[in-house]
Amino acid sequence: MKNSGTKIAVLSGKGGTGKTLVSVNLASVAEKSIYIDCDVEEPNGHLFFKPKVVCEEDVIVKIPSVNESLCSGCRKCVEFCKYNALAFIKNKPFVFEEICHSCGGCALLCPEKAISEKEKSIGKVQKGISLNVTVNTGILNMGEASGIPIIKKLLNESISKEGLPIFIDCPPGSACIVMESIKDTDYCILVAEPTLFGVHNLNMVYELVRLFDKSYGVVLNKCLDGENPAEKFCKENNIPIIGRIMFDNKLGFLNSDAKIAVRESEKFKQLFSSLLETVMKEVQHETVVNS
Amino acid sequence: MKIAIPVDEKSLKSSVCSSFGRAPYFLFYNTVTKKDYFLDNRAVVSQGGAGIRASQVIADHGVKALLTPQCGENAGKVLSKAEVLVYKSIPGTAQQNIDEFEADRLILLNEFHSGFHSHEK
Ligand code: SF4
Ligand code: SF4
Repeated sequence: MKNSGTKIAVLSGKGGTGKTLVSVNLASVAEKSIYIDCDVEEPNGHLFFKPKVVCEEDVIVKIPSVNESLCSGCRKCVEFCKYNALAFIKNKPFVFEEICHSCGGCALLCPEKAISEKEKSIGKVQKGISLNVTVNTGILNMGEASGIPIIKKLLNESISKEGLPIFIDCPPGSACIVMESIKDTDYCILVAEPTLFGVHNLNMVYELVRLFDKSYGVVLNKCLDGENPAEKFCKENNIPIIGRIMFDNKLGFLNSDAKIAVRESEKFKQLFSSLLETVMKEVQHETVVNS
Repeated sequence: MKIAIPVDEKSLKSSVCSSFGRAPYFLFYNTVTKKDYFLDNRAVVSQGGAGIRASQVIADHGVKALLTPQCGENAGKVLSKAEVLVYKSIPGTAQQNIDEFEADRLILLNEFHSGFHSHEK
């Protein structure tokens, strides 16, 4: 049995579906919790929490650096780099640092040992406190190719010794950066909008969590009376629906005001408390089944 | 002098491809010998950095001028380091663009877009 707390990831196929709304409010409604913003290209959880920052650290990756006097011009490095981060111009390799994924391959492979690695900061991780929530935010510098090193650092350092629940606000979509974010989670919440386009987005993350064999449930956001294509999709595919958030102007206002709904209103506090309860029950159920 | 054009088909009558890095073929044309040849663009399928890869090929073929409707920032860097001039192509066929170039009627491309970054991160 791990001694860290339950890890819950919140996903959606695109931004703006309510992924941050759900993760921020669940984290806030828990007695004490950790919130991790893995949406490193556009972290916005901190806008809601307005945490008091207690520490900040650069995230360093290794970038190749070519010693031109040793280079024989064999081009092996350029041909090897599958990201095309190296070009061979005027008889020497040139590194495109923003495109390099720091795989270290070129330095290993250079027969002349002409490539060494130098350190470069691609962004930072920030830790702060907002009442009952510890807020961890990853920030990727503009133009950088990959936020994965930041996510790794965030998730490694956020293991809770006290067994607090951890809520992970994932990047939108289903690319490898999302996979990295959900790798070690116990449960995935998929947030979906009640439109046909919402179904398409839901399907993306649904396929991902199935691929990773995660237990999951859907929260239907912005529900209106009448037909809900996302709900229909869930029923057709036997996807558990663990919560519904009705379309509500008040919630919209609070959200656009960067306020945390459960900290402002008893009604939303109840809504998210019961959602949290459902999630925790699901997680427990899973651990019982799997143990 | 050797010039290059990204094209949609292997023909002088082909239209100029709207993308440089992701063009299916490159046309190479020698303005002195009037000889031409085509090359498949292997960068089409690469995982990002297609513009860099494509520019590498252009530079390796000793091209002095590239005629293209647009070009990314990184590709632009490779090309300028390799001293390849980048001209803005006109709508029309590859042949028409060659003619315009030889008549000195094309202008240098001065905008290099910052990449689409649509590759999977
Ligand atoms: S592999 Fe090494 S020697 Fe060969 S081109 Fe690259 S840097 Fe130069
Ligand atoms: S470290 Fe990897 S990604 Fe970076 S330039 Fe070298 S081979 Fe390419």
